[in-house]
Amino acid sequence: MREQGIGASVRRKEDQRFLLGKGRYTGDINVAGQTHAYFLRSPHAHAVIEGIDTSAAAAAPGVVAVLTGDDLAADGIGPLICGVTVTSDDGEPHRAPAHPALAQGKVNYVGDHVAVVIAETLTQAQDAAELVDVKYRPLPAVANTGEAAGDGQQQIHEVAPNNVCFNWPFGDKAANDEAFASAHRISGIELTNNRMVTNPMEPRAALGEYNSGTEEITLHMTTQNPHVHRLVLAAFNQLAPEHKLRVVGPDVGGGFGAKIFVYAEELVVGWACRKVNRPVKWTGDRSEAFMADAHGRDHVSRAEMALDENGRFLAMRVHTTANLGAYLSTFSTMVPSYLYAFLLAGQYATPLIYSEVKAVFTNTAPVDASRGAGRPEATYLLERLVDVCAADMGLDPAEIRRRNFIPKDAFPYQTPVVQCYDSGDYEAALDQAMELADYAGFAARAEEAKSRGKLRGIGFSSYVEACGIAPSAAVGQLGGGVGLWESAQVRFNPTGNVQVFTGTHSHGQGHETTFAQLVCDQLGVPFENIEVIHGDTARTQFGMGTYGSRSLAVGGVAIAKACDKLIAKGRKIAAHAMEAAEGDIEFADGNYTVAGTDKSMNIAEVAFTAYVPHNYPEGVEPGFDENAFFDPMNFSFPAGTHICEVEVDPDTGVVEIADYTAVDDFGKLVNPMIVEGQVHGGIVHGIGQALLEGCRYDSDGQLVTASFMDYAMPRADNAPDFRIGYAPTDPPHNPLGVKGCGEAGAIGAPPAIINAIANAIGVSHVEMPATPETVWRACQSAA
Amino acid sequence: MKIDLTVNGRAASGEVEARTLLVDFLREQLRLTGTHVGCDTSQCGACVVMVDGKSVKSCTMLAIMAAGCDVTTIEGLANGAELHPMQQAFMDNHGLQCGFCTPGMVMSGLDIVNRHGRDLDAATVRRELNGNICRCTGYQNIVKSIREGARAMGD
Ligand code: FES
Ligand code: FES
Repeated sequence: MREQGIGASVRRKEDQRFLLGKGRYTGDINVAGQTHAYFLRSPHAHAVIEGIDTSAAAAAPGVVAVLTGDDLAADGIGPLICGVTVTSDDGEPHRAPAHPALAQGKVNYVGDHVAVVIAETLTQAQDAAELVDVKYRPLPAVANTGEAAGDGQQQIHEVAPNNVCFNWPFGDKAANDEAFASAHRISGIELTNNRMVTNPMEPRAALGEYNSGTEEITLHMTTQNPHVHRLVLAAFNQLAPEHKLRVVGPDVGGGFGAKIFVYAEELVVGWACRKVNRPVKWTGDRSEAFMADAHGRDHVSRAEMALDENGRFLAMRVHTTANLGAYLSTFSTMVPSYLYAFLLAGQYATPLIYSEVKAVFTNTAPVDASRGAGRPEATYLLERLVDVCAADMGLDPAEIRRRNFIPKDAFPYQTPVVQCYDSGDYEAALDQAMELADYAGFAARAEEAKSRGKLRGIGFSSYVEACGIAPSAAVGQLGGGVGLWESAQVRFNPTGNVQVFTGTHSHGQGHETTFAQLVCDQLGVPFENIEVIHGDTARTQFGMGTYGSRSLAVGGVAIAKACDKLIAKGRKIAAHAMEAAEGDIEFADGNYTVAGTDKSMNIAEVAFTAYVPHNYPEGVEPGFDENAFFDPMNFSFPAGTHICEVEVDPDTGVVEIADYTAVDDFGKLVNPMIVEGQVHGGIVHGIGQALLEGCRYDSDGQLVTASFMDYAMPRADNAPDFRIGYAPTDPPHNPLGVKGCGEAGAIGAPPAIINAIANAIGVSHVEMPATPETVWRACQSAA
Repeated sequence: MKIDLTVNGRAASGEVEARTLLVDFLREQLRLTGTHVGCDTSQCGACVVMVDGKSVKSCTMLAIMAAGCDVTTIEGLANGAELHPMQQAFMDNHGLQCGFCTPGMVMSGLDIVNRHGRDLDAATVRRELNGNICRCTGYQNIVKSIREGARAMGD
């Protein structure tokens, strides 16, 4: 292993600029002549717009333009789209209401975009927005997930009767029913998966510039996937032809899914800069993030497990209502369907699984992927259900898991829900986690806690997720409109340093470091001579971006493939230079060596020769610069067991996370320091969901939790230090042997925590977020 | 109105409106964009700077209130490219991911040292970080960074 190669906890390249305050986030960029955009948003959850009078605002000081949905439509700027089709049980595609970027005649949630004011300064735009006169006729609102499709509910979209987007059954219902009919026992649970606001710390922002000479629009924006944004904005929104649109995601302050999607604001900024022929800048504030970023989760579910007399799982059935909000966000339909139901097997060899998902519209912000996306919802439901099964059967929660695990010699393992798991050793992770958590000593700790008046509980969560998104053919079969390969270009410069262009995007993950380690290892080039470039459609060749823990598992492999091509080309050049046969050239640690001699040539010399080809092999192109695409053969399936110990104060309902252990299988680790950081962050995200975070709309559709004062984010004193371990297996489909690690914590943590609380109090379920009030009430009911 | 103040050891001045926040003055007029804005309710701490040696959320302070004050931002800590020990500790302990909360975390870390000394236990740091939100790191490495940075500041 090279000192800074694969497996080393190398300090991050990106840190110096961030620590010096020299990061360059979208909001940090100002350009000459820029104007400022301010969005006028709907104060109503549901209303008809009877008229908009912009004249007073347009005449206000500093105002450059006031634009509405009519202006947008007149310019042929298309509505926002949803890119994944789900077929409903009537054989028709999901219902897709029009989603104009600026309202046309109707608003459907608080924060919906009504008009944009563009002025010389932001305060002028804000002041003028108050002068826009909008006549609303409010309509009753639908805000409750479970009730949205019920009888007598207000209809939101004409195209979606009963507010249903799709009904999507999956699995063999008859066989499932049969298994249930003959089961020894049926255990069940009903629960909600609380709605979350993703809240990356940098709010969304965009800066649009139009060059009337080249007719090119440059859009700097908070994006996790610049090329996807360019593609959708060009192909579906008619913002500009793809080759006349440049999307740049400079430094981006976290994403967690919220910056994948094509939103109204970025589209409007791109369009407006051409319309007013001035640069237009929009910097969202936190209130806007709460109102108009896509939210996450928001399911109401019930699930049942059929068990035999030994506690083996025979069949599972699930019914879920998923709230998609007022409109379909870019990838919304696939989250409660393919990313959810296909993960319901978890780590278990349950032979039959049947699920029904009803996706509904409500007068709330659109809901889409948020860290984990579908997999946290599936894991939470399953792992809570497993604990209920254990209690019903009188089995230890570890034991019931162990009895039902897919055995390690059964991989690759075809689940009954489409996915074929690559590799795993679930018992190894469980054993290691129990050891690290000192499960054997739990009873004594609980006893000791009791003496202090505290209820101590322990909870398990054994999760599996699907990462490395995704094999393009599978995406196509499922109704997705894109391929999910990744691309890379690895370029030597004549002076021997290397630029790596990746189509993934780093917004905290540390790709500039991890990918440099890959290249350092493979090409034998010093780490400091490698620069990783991403996030600019004018610099990187193409790419599908970063989400679904795909960057290393898909993007990293593309880089490795490009390196392979360089090595192969270099062999020809070195053979010629050293007057040897190509077959006699060996490459190791950056050097081409003639086998059995001490003749060698460093790859940097080879690169120089390729650019100064005075003595060069015939038929070989000059230059030392290769690109590659990689389309994964399968998803990757990280898995693990998390164990949480809580102490509940029965008098106050306050829950303290007393201990937390995570043992994960991410395959091979390239930078263990970075991986561990991802695990920490994911777990705390999961602690947020389990204990603190809950996005609430009232029955009128008003957003009650619209700031950090009402929506509780996890803070430093909400978590302890974690015990982290790894139980890696080798995924055969992935050439680098990696699986992905960015979402695991957020998936594994919520059920581990709630299982621990239920265990502490002695109840079968506690809803998330398990706030002191909720927990106190549960304590009362248990007493 | 015109304000004069000291920012990162140098005299600075500017024309501001009465309603201009210190953070906007720093970012937009002085173009010190290392100080970030993560919220609009003074909850996140991305905007923390030092004013006369005390940590302040620069989104809670009007620029005119800083007239005559000595302000230090994240840009004022390093000696050229040589990081301040607190900054170095964040790098060494992977105390940052996306970097957006980081300037505020570093400044708050320095303030914790000012008030609690250089020998910090984890519980103190966790409690004192109550005004700073990070969505990326899960805090463990931030706590470690601040403790180690505090120790290193004596060297
Ligand atoms: S921006 Fe000042 S506390 Fe959030
Ligand atoms: S490092 Fe991203 S918010 Fe803290």
